[in-house]
Formats: sequence, structure tokens, C-alpha cells
Amino acid sequence: MGALQSLPGQPEHIDLAEKTGFSLEQIGVLHKRFRQLSHNEETLRRDHFNEIPDLACNPIRAQIIEAFFDKRNYRQNGEGTVEEISFEDFLVVMSHFRPPSVHMTEEQRESVRREKLRFLFNMHDTDNDGTITLEEYRHVVEELLSRSGALGKETAKGIADAAMLEVASISVGHMEPDEFYEGITFEHFLKLLNGFEIESRMNIRFLNMDTTTLCK
Amino acid sequence: MPSRTGSHSPTGFGRGLPERGLLLLAVLVLLEGSVLPLGAASSPDISHQANSDSHKKADGGHNITKKAFPVLSLDYQHIHIPFEISLWVLLASLMKLGFHMIPRLSSIVPESCLLIVVGLLVGGLIKLAGEKVPPVLNTQLFFLILLPPIILDAGYFLPIRPFMENLGTILMFAVVGTLWNAFFIGGLLYAVTQIQPANPSDLHSLELLPCLLFGAIISAVDPVAVLAVFEEIHINELLHILVFGESLLNDAVTVVLYHLFEEFSSEGTVTVMDGFLGLISFLVVALGGVLVGAIYGILAAFTSRFTSHMRVIEPLFVFVYSYMAYLSSELFHLSGIMALIACGAVMRPYVEANISHKSHTTIKYFLKMWSSVSETLIFIFLGVVTVDGPHSWNWTFVVVTVILCLVARVIGVIGLTFVINKFRIVKLTTKDQFIIAYGGLRGAIAFSLGFLLEKNHFPKREMFLTAIITVIFFTVFVQGMTIKPLVELLAVKKKQEAKRSINEEIHTQFLDHLLTGIEDICGHYGHHHWKDKLNRFNKKYVKKCLIAGERSKEPQLIAFYHKMEMKQAIELVESGGGAKLPSSMPSTVSMQNIQPKKPPPAKSADRTLLQIPKGREEEIRKILRSNLQRTRQRLHSYNRHTLVADPYEDGFSDIIKKRRLMELEKKIKEMSNYLTVPAAASDSPTMHRARLSSGRDTDFKPAQQQKGNKSCPDPQSYGVKPATDNVPTIQVDLASPQSPDSVNVMDEFGRGDQEEDQGLMMKPPSGHKKPGEAEGAREQQKLTRCLSDPGPGGDEDEDEPFLP
Repeated sequence: MGALQSLPGQPEHIDLAEKTGFSLEQIGVLHKRFRQLSHNEETLRRDHFNEIPDLACNPIRAQIIEAFFDKRNYRQNGEGTVEEISFEDFLVVMSHFRPPSVHMTEEQRESVRREKLRFLFNMHDTDNDGTITLEEYRHVVEELLSRSGALGKETAKGIADAAMLEVASISVGHMEPDEFYEGITFEHFLKLLNGFEIESRMNIRFLNMDTTTLCK
Repeated sequence: MPSRTGSHSPTGFGRGLPERGLLLLAVLVLLEGSVLPLGAASSPDISHQANSDSHKKADGGHNITKKAFPVLSLDYQHIHIPFEISLWVLLASLMKLGFHMIPRLSSIVPESCLLIVVGLLVGGLIKLAGEKVPPVLNTQLFFLILLPPIILDAGYFLPIRPFMENLGTILMFAVVGTLWNAFFIGGLLYAVTQIQPANPSDLHSLELLPCLLFGAIISAVDPVAVLAVFEEIHINELLHILVFGESLLNDAVTVVLYHLFEEFSSEGTVTVMDGFLGLISFLVVALGGVLVGAIYGILAAFTSRFTSHMRVIEPLFVFVYSYMAYLSSELFHLSGIMALIACGAVMRPYVEANISHKSHTTIKYFLKMWSSVSETLIFIFLGVVTVDGPHSWNWTFVVVTVILCLVARVIGVIGLTFVINKFRIVKLTTKDQFIIAYGGLRGAIAFSLGFLLEKNHFPKREMFLTAIITVIFFTVFVQGMTIKPLVELLAVKKKQEAKRSINEEIHTQFLDHLLTGIEDICGHYGHHHWKDKLNRFNKKYVKKCLIAGERSKEPQLIAFYHKMEMKQAIELVESGGGAKLPSSMPSTVSMQNIQPKKPPPAKSADRTLLQIPKGREEEIRKILRSNLQRTRQRLHSYNRHTLVADPYEDGFSDIIKKRRLMELEKKIKEMSNYLTVPAAASDSPTMHRARLSSGRDTDFKPAQQQKGNKSCPDPQSYGVKPATDNVPTIQVDLASPQSPDSVNVMDEFGRGDQEEDQGLMMKPPSGHKKPGEAEGAREQQKLTRCLSDPGPGGDEDEDEPFLP
């Protein structure tokens, strides 16, 4: 802890701490990691992410990386994608994975839930139109099954179709045969994952100690 | 004996149900109470006399001087041990039945309390009859026969995911918590016994080590009691797994402490070296137990890979390997409970991938049955031995023990939570802590351990036993009865009854990968990373070894999907053959609503799907064929002797294919819900078959699927096709290979049915309408075992994939 505190006067960090809710030590650690990933440049690009070896075997790697460059996740109500991100953007995206603190009112907890689910929604909704269409959902399932090889596309289609049907049944209920379910809106998405307890599941432990020297 | 029951039961019939239940209860208790003394007597004279009293037909042959040929003779000695055992088991089971017939009682008082009361009554009756109470809760019987089924049941159905996620917390509570309890209670008890120098009571002779030993015995939370009580209160998964996991894992600590203190108290001195050895011993006991269990688990999984030709003995392997694991670890004084848990948890995902559906159901039912009977017996015996004694009541000791237990538990939980919360992402709230503290029930394990103590080393043995029994009674009665209203009062989160949907499963997997990815980006190896590594190792090497055939490559999501399909199919048939839509899909949304509109917009969605290009037919056929084989591998061969080759095997796939293709064109026009079926004409022959087939195996519910009925296993009905429109149809999606799968499932079972009920299919359908419906209705009222019927409807636990 002593070593980290020797970082003199990083007023941006204090700003960031307030903005994102991380502690100063955590910001310090993440900053080090940022610099390590970007080879000491000021911004990160996609190919920097592609260099992380552990990420290579992740089936949804592409979506994860995209999420960092998606302006909708920067909490500024922006849209579209960028090509490179600053440390602040990096931190803001990471802050989606902070656990809710113990003393939170119901409202705050609800807003944390919405935020996390919004992040997931943005990951699925790749064309930014506010709904997850069948094609996009199929793509999600395909990616998930992409490591399993043989069964591939057909099964993914079936599963995605079943899932969409479920969403439609839960959200809309009754539809005439010639009506058409456009896609999953954010509200439907919320309703769908109502029992999922995302605020306790979608968290990772941000360390206060610097372990970046141990990992690549 | 038959005469006695005969005279009592008719009187009960005229009254209402609760009264009848009470009467039945009274009769049963009286009956068992009076018969058991007859059995308890070991000398042949007494038994001979007693039996000759109750039997009208006197063994007259013995009274006549000339030895006539004994037409009817009695030989109780010959059978008395199995007879008594069966009588006890019968008593236990009838008690359980009786309790559930009295509805209000079972909701106020937990079953465990009622059973103890019954045990008290029976014990009292036996004592009144002047007979010696059989030593029912002797340690051999308890630890080797009664305890393993319960633990195996718990371990096999242990929800792995929440268990692993909270493992750190559970271990803290189990190890540190139990140690704290043991030393706190033991130490303070010793202090209390020494504080009255003025009037020296016989407590003064109590030394430190026996006190510590007593503390060790009494401090362990008991899995049997926890299971019995918690099962009825349905609290949320986290709390359940915390308390339950603690009760399982603290066995290692208890074993070590017990042996340690027992050794030391005979020697008299303790050195630092001994303490150090104790620590090593703990690690050996715990890890050794887990290792032994894991080895047997892997053996069982490996064996199950080859059982495809001998499905009938599959459940036996599961049971025997697990029991061997338990016994092997008991051989080395390792922790048997941890071995059983490890064995069950390790073998389950692989065994379930290998065995047939029916074996799976068998295992489930047998485990639930045995553990249920065991638990009932344990509580009854607790009551019996309470009456038996010998007791040595010492007000100070007992009261102080009870108070100390409570206080130690509360302090321990609060203190530990304070430390644990620093490391947890989802902190434990005060409410959680209260429930954890309050759920620390003691039970029969403590008593059995106390019973094991030798009298010459522990002169105060009876006092200990009395105190233990008092604590058990207190926790089970007071805490057991009040925990339910407290849970309501504190508005503790209850178990979510929602079924796992495919969306949740997709997102669970998605989230796992996402979090692993973020951890990698952050640059530290958190537990998601290790979990992912383990999963990959599992998939790459372990699954290939232990799972037979193609299923080793089946990813989690797909396995889950298949399971869900089966479940829905079973549900469909149970709900009366599709006459009403299952409640899970109350909407009329169908696949057509989902398919995206294809350009040009002038065409409606339906017509687009009508076109099956020729090229696709080949594809479909290939997919169907491959899926047929896959499912057959999984579900085939129900018959005991696989000598008889499947007569229709070769022609079968062709029939299926043809039928599928013809149906596909028809179905496309019709409205069909995915996996749900619109109301069909209830007298269509296919509906009959569905009901028949589902009704046949009332206990083992085969995965009959409504929609597959067209290709029922009777090839002779091939030509029969209902001309009506609202015929059970399958889902439209051409690309999905799942529906043929599920169809095949039904066919396989229909096949099994056909072979066992010869001529089932030959009968005209119309005659069977009523029995089919009646049986369908009967299936709705299922008896619940402690409110949980492990039928396919209530098996949320099973859906847990292994380390997903």
C-alpha cells in the first residue's frame, strides 16, 4: 500500500474515483494495467486487446472487446463506436463490474441492476437499434457454442429460437398469428432477467494490491 | 397381531380425515409398542410365552406328552432380527404417512419433532411393558447404516455451483466456527464446574479434557437435523447452502477433535507437539476423505461408461461405490461424510451423462426413499433412547450447556461474518447472520458420538448424554418449530420457485465467459479464471474418459436444452395430454411471430416457411438420422436381457423419416406453439396412446411427448392419420434437430413399453380412454416426501451443470 501512495498528486485519479466509485488504490492498479496493455501509450486500441493471451480462448472475446469501444457504455448517452479509448473510458467500462455496496437503498440497488443489464443488452444489440433481433440473438448463441465445434449453427438457431419465443411469451403474452415480434427491447430484457440477481452475480473482485506483474 | 389391527381399524372409517388420522396414529403406536416388547425379549421362554398369548391358534403340539407332528409351530428366534428391523422400518413409514394425513399438524410442527415424540411414546410403551429397550441407536447401526443414505442423498444432489461459490465462507464456518464452539463451550463449562468451592458437587471431578471433548461433541451442527428442518422452510439458496454446507464439512473437525481429546484424556497430558499433530491430522482427515471419495467417484463414473448393455444394474454401481467410499474412509478414520459428499458430487455429472433416463429416476427415488426412512428412524430412535436412559440429570451442567451452546453459536457467527464480509462480494446481512446462527441445530450425530464414550475413561458419561439429549431436544423442538414463523416475520428471502429458463441458462454461460474475460483484461487470476481453466480441462480430458460416446462432446447449453425439452414433454403428457396448455407457456405466441419477415414484405410470414427446397430435404434427413442414433444411444435398452434384438430397428428409422417429412408439410400451415400443443381431439388414437403410455409407468414418468405421437411405436398404426386440422403437431422450425430428438425419446420409451406390455398396441383405443385419463389425474396428486417430490417436476437441483 505504501508504494502506491507515493503516486504524487494525481488529481485526475481523485476525479475518476468520485466518478466511477473505485478506490484510489484500485485506480492505481488499473492504471498500471492500462499502461501495460497499451505499451505505455495514452490510448488503447483493439489490437492491444487481441494481444492478451488468456483472452484468446474465450468464445465471446469479440463481443467483450467491442464493449470497451462502444460509446453507449460510457454513461454519456453517446452512440456508436470509437477506435481508441482513454484510461477514463476504460475505467468507466470496468466500473460496471463493481459490486453494489452493502448500504444501498432499494432504489440505488435497482439502478445498479439496470446499469448492469444495460451493459449486457448493449453487448447483444450490436447494431444499436435498441432491440435485440432474432438474428442478433442467434449470433450470441452461436458465439457461445463456437468452441464446441461440431454442432454449430443449426443447434444454435434452435436454441435461440426457443429463447426468443420464451421472451415473447413472457413479455407480450398474446399475439395474433400475423403479428410479428420485432425484437427484445430493454424493458423486455429487464423483465426476462428479473430473477437473475444480476447485481450479485455480475461482479469481479478489484484488487487493491498490484498483481499485474504476475500475469501477462 | 393381525387380529388386533382387525378389531381397531373399522371403527375409524366413519369419521372425518383428521380424526381418522389421529386414530390411525394412536393405533399404530399402540400396535408397535405392544409388539416390540415381544421382539425385544431375547430369551426363548419369554418370547414363546408372549407369542402364545397373542395367537389364538395355540401350539398345542407342545403341551401334549406324546410328541405329535407339529402342524403349526412358532419359531420367533429364527427370524427375530429381520422381523424387528422390518417392524421398525414399517413404523417409521407409517408414521410419516400418518403425519401427512393430518394437514394442520404438519404445517405447525416440523416432522422431526413429531417423530421424536413418537419415539418417546414407543420407548415409554416398551418400558411400561417391562421389557428392555433394544439398543437401537448403537453406534454401529447409526454410523454404518442409518447415516450414509442421508449423506449420499445430500451429496449426490448437492447444488455444486452455489456450494463452490461460497466454499470459503462455508469452510470458515465449518472449521473455525466449530473449533471456536468446541473450545468456548468446553472451556467455560470447565470453569463453571470449578467455580463453586464452597459446596463441592460431583461436578468438581470433571477435568478439562473431558469438558473439551464434550464441547467438541456438542458443537457440531448436525446435517440430519438441518436437512429435516430447512427442507420445510424453503429459504433462499444462499442461506440454505451455507448452513447445510457447514453441517457437512464440520464432520472432519468433529472427527479430529473427538479422537484427539479422547486420546489425550486417556493419557492425561497435552504437549505442543500433540497440538501440531492434531493440526496435521485435521488436514489428513479432511483432504484424505475428499480424496478417497473422489477416487471412488471417478471409478463409478468410469464404470458407468460401459453399462450401456446392462442398464438394470446401473443404480447399483452408484450406491455401492458410494458406500465403499464411506467405508474405506471410515477404515482409516478419515472423514466418511466428506468422502460421501465428494464421491456423489464428483460422479454425478459423468454418471448422469452415461446412464439411461430410467436408471436416473431409479437412483433418485431410491436415494430419496432410503434417506427419508433413515431420517425418520433416527428421530424415532432418539425418542426411544431418551426414555431408555440411563440419565443423570444435573441442573447446573445441563442448563449451562444449553445456554453456552446458544451464546457460542451467536458470537461465533457474528465474529466470523465480520471477517468473512471483508472477502465476500455479496455481503451477509444481519438477517442472514441471524438465520445462520438460529439454524445451528444439533442432532443424532452428537448423541452417537457421546454414546461411543467409554465409561471408565469418562465417569460422567451419563451426565454428558443427558446434556446432549437436552440440547438436541431444545434445538430441534424450540428452534425447529420457531424458525418457520421467524423466517416469515423477518421476511427472509425465500427460495425462488421460478423454473430455469433457457434465457437464464444462456445468460449464465454468457456471464461466466464475460467475467472471465474481464478478469483477464484486468490482469489478475480471480476465481472465474480458475473456474474457466477447470472447465476447459474437464471438457478436454476428463469428459472424454468418463463419458461414453458422443455425449462427451456435448456442450452444457445443449445438454440443458435437451433436458428442458424432456421436461416440457413430460409435463405436457402429465397435464392431460395437451388438453390444456401447460402453465409455463400461457401465451399464444408461436414461432411464426418470431421469424423475421423476409422480403418482399408482401408475402406473409407463413408462406415463406412453406417452401422446403429440395436440397433441404436431404439435410433434414441427415440431421434426423444422426439425431436418432444419438438419442438411441442414450435411452435404449430398458429390457433386462438384451438378447432379443430390436425387431423394428432397421425399418424404424425409415418409417420415422417418411413420417417426418410428410408431417412437416402439413404442420407448416398450422398454428403451433413451440413445444406446446393446441387442444387436440381427445379421441384421436394418438392421444390415447399418449395417455396410455404415460399412464402405464405411473412412478417412472417416461418422456412421452405429445407431439411425437404420430409415429407411435406401433408400426401397424402407420396408416392411421387423423384428418382433422388440430392434430398434435410439432414445431415448425425446420432447422432444429431437437424436435426429432424428443420424438425419438418417446419412441424409445414406447418401445420399452411395447416390449413389456405385449399387445398393448393391439387393443382398440376407445376402451382405454377412462383409465388413461384417470391415471393422468392421479399423477397430479403426488405424495410428497417432506414436501418435495423428486419427480421430474420438482428437480431444480438436477439442472445444475457441473461447474458451469
